[in-house]
Amino acid sequence: MANFTKVSRRSLLRGAAAATTALAAPTIFTSKAWAAGYTNEPKGSTVTLGFNVPQTGAYADEGADELRAYQLAVEHINGEGDGGMLNTFSSKALTGAGVNGKKVVFVTGDTQTKSDAARASAKRMIEKDGAVMITGGSSSGVAIAVQGLCQDAGVIFMAGLTHSNDTTGKDKRANGFRHFFNTEMTGAALAPVLKNNFGTERNAYHLTADYTWGWSQEGSIKKYTEQLGWNTAAAVRTPLGAGDFSQYITPVLNSGADTLVLNHYGRDMVNSLTQAVQFGLRDKQVNGKDFAIVVPLYSRLMAQGAGENVKGIFGSTNWHWSLQDEGSKAFVKSFGQKYGFPPSQAAHTTYCQALLYADAAQRAGTFRPSGVGKSLEGFKFDGLGNGPTEYRAEDHQCFKDVLVVKGKENPSSKFDVLEVVEVTPRAQVEYPASLLGGELGPYNDGA
Amino acid sequence: MVAIIKKQSDLVLLLCFAAAVLAGPVILQPFGAGYPDLLQKFAIFGIFAIGFNILFGLTGYLSFGHAAFLGIGSYTAVWTFKLLSMNPLPAVLLATLLGGLFAALIGFISLRRTGIYFSILTLAFAQMSYNLAYSVLTPITNGETGLQLRQADPRVLDVAFGRDYGAVLPSSDLFGIDMTGYPGFYFCAAVLILCFYISMRIFRSPFGMMLRAVKSNQNRMNYTGLNTRPYALAAFVISGMYAGLAGGLLAVTDPLAGAERMQWTASGEVVLMTILGGTGTLLGPVIGAGAIKYFENIFSAFNENILLNTFSFLPETLQHAVVSVASLFVGEGWHLTLGALFMVIVIFLPGGLMEGVRRFGVLFKRKADSDGPTETQPASAE
Repeated sequence: MANFTKVSRRSLLRGAAAATTALAAPTIFTSKAWAAGYTNEPKGSTVTLGFNVPQTGAYADEGADELRAYQLAVEHINGEGDGGMLNTFSSKALTGAGVNGKKVVFVTGDTQTKSDAARASAKRMIEKDGAVMITGGSSSGVAIAVQGLCQDAGVIFMAGLTHSNDTTGKDKRANGFRHFFNTEMTGAALAPVLKNNFGTERNAYHLTADYTWGWSQEGSIKKYTEQLGWNTAAAVRTPLGAGDFSQYITPVLNSGADTLVLNHYGRDMVNSLTQAVQFGLRDKQVNGKDFAIVVPLYSRLMAQGAGENVKGIFGSTNWHWSLQDEGSKAFVKSFGQKYGFPPSQAAHTTYCQALLYADAAQRAGTFRPSGVGKSLEGFKFDGLGNGPTEYRAEDHQCFKDVLVVKGKENPSSKFDVLEVVEVTPRAQVEYPASLLGGELGPYNDGA
Repeated sequence: MVAIIKKQSDLVLLLCFAAAVLAGPVILQPFGAGYPDLLQKFAIFGIFAIGFNILFGLTGYLSFGHAAFLGIGSYTAVWTFKLLSMNPLPAVLLATLLGGLFAALIGFISLRRTGIYFSILTLAFAQMSYNLAYSVLTPITNGETGLQLRQADPRVLDVAFGRDYGAVLPSSDLFGIDMTGYPGFYFCAAVLILCFYISMRIFRSPFGMMLRAVKSNQNRMNYTGLNTRPYALAAFVISGMYAGLAGGLLAVTDPLAGAERMQWTASGEVVLMTILGGTGTLLGPVIGAGAIKYFENIFSAFNENILLNTFSFLPETLQHAVVSVASLFVGEGWHLTLGALFMVIVIFLPGGLMEGVRRFGVLFKRKADSDGPTETQPASAE
């Protein structure tokens, strides 16, 4: 063992020489690394967008639908297909001839719903494929991680399905923009409906996905239900992608709670709801009241996955395919023609994000992040399925009406599983940007 | 005489290795892998696998929990960034030390058993660390969201030296050289070469010989009155330090630490890397790490459009048939390709890719030897 530590003078010199060479080498390469005016300035006849979605893991279904919507959006921006929501969009800058005279092409990546993998995949798109914008992500943890990366790299990030307050609150970044709503809005929209249906004396038990979105959702629902007079019996955190929730549901039966709030999404929600129903929670009477289950964030994909079990269960959603405004109808029609089934809310928000980015770049006349950002800030638009909407300048969050939905009692088809109970107007869910903290900071164009 | 020849061949190997690593951006460009992030991953996971190989390749102890040290290194480095300085040197140093410290703790307990029991013990410890990082220690690790830098972090050393990052989120820099992109890669590459050199010294040392003896027959060693556990523990700590260092470098090139780095799949990945490249060889683990990261990053990004372009020379019906079959193996199906490749290698080349290289070399050598006078030389350990 003693001999191992003996390093001869000669070998030490050799090692030192190797290390010096290694340290001197970088200067050769750094000079030409980022020569463009801003990161990945498109020089040719095309502009590359990066679609970073989960293709494996708990949110894979959402990811697959997002990718379909992105492909559809690219077709419409390039003037192929029937144009979809471009025809109903209030801004007419896009004419179907690409963006700024360049044809839109795209690259894809798998986030695996893991921050590390998502960042590696986004970095590949930025460093290798030359993407000028990254969009996607079904998970707030991933969205926040990728948003930070895009800020550092100097590209725009158009958040996909991310519902946590933090994405445009505590962790907001100048280069990041979100069309989707957040848990604060869900709480504000859902509370009055819960009051009308379940009264003001309820004892709620939360099961929460243990990451930024779950915490945010739990906080918002607690805040608004406790204002109604509800009591929170307990809030239990469950790991993301747990699969089996029986060990978490058994204690609910003995807790004296009469309402179960499932702060789960994707396959987690399908599993936890199905198991809660199988355990007979919904047939129970507690404190003289029928036991109720609430799923604050709903999507059609999840409702479909949970089947019969969603009937009569309340929640909120960003968009639903059965909406009858012109924008929604146009989108459902062109999505249905291409893929044979209606789009989910994940597909809708990502389609909108792609269109909004393209439109902003066209109006700005450049892909420079600060230019695109400026033209998105305070941008008011309509015709994208949510009624009049505004990208608030202070936190890069979209403000629009919120839908409160309920699992349909008598579905007419396997896609017709949710019915809209109430459209909560924007004014009722709006909050001051300072409420959630965080700082946008300056735009980063790279260099 | 033999010793001198060996020393010279080692020097040649080291120089070739250094040259290949430093020329990585140029060499890997045609394969679509010559971009900084992937190059950094090659270097970092190369270090991780080299360290793992010191334990598994030399002593034969199969640890299934090395990702725990990788994660600990990352968390340490990010906390160093937050509290002390954005300079990577203290971060990397502390990450290595803490990786070693935890390895000493876990190794001290786990090494009381051998074989499958040892593997299961390390797996259990890693899974415990993962769950601690994921939920229990959320104030330290920030749970699933991952530990990130903030503008308001104290960074006492930076403040003491009057370094001001302004209103933007700082990124790590080595005395003014930004540690992202190519400079980040060269920093990792320099560390990789250093780690390779240290590993080579260990392989050639009496200590390395002792570790090999532990692998070949530990009972006999014990019967001769020699306590092997300190040697095994030393190997475990060294490989833990390598893992901590790799974790620290991950945070240097991208200041974010997430719990998934400690998951058992990450532990399994380094085992795959080492076996794929060649267990117990010097170069094998680095090559294995490169192969797996290449698959993960490049193969997973192929989508149908790229395939359609690749096979556009075929007639249309054939093109669509070929694409529909091939698309099963790329994109989200990259695990399938990797699994198939792994099986082929384990079945036909039990010594990993390095055995393939050696067999090829022997074939070549025989041809050359038949021309000139034969001179028998012992096959090298690689």
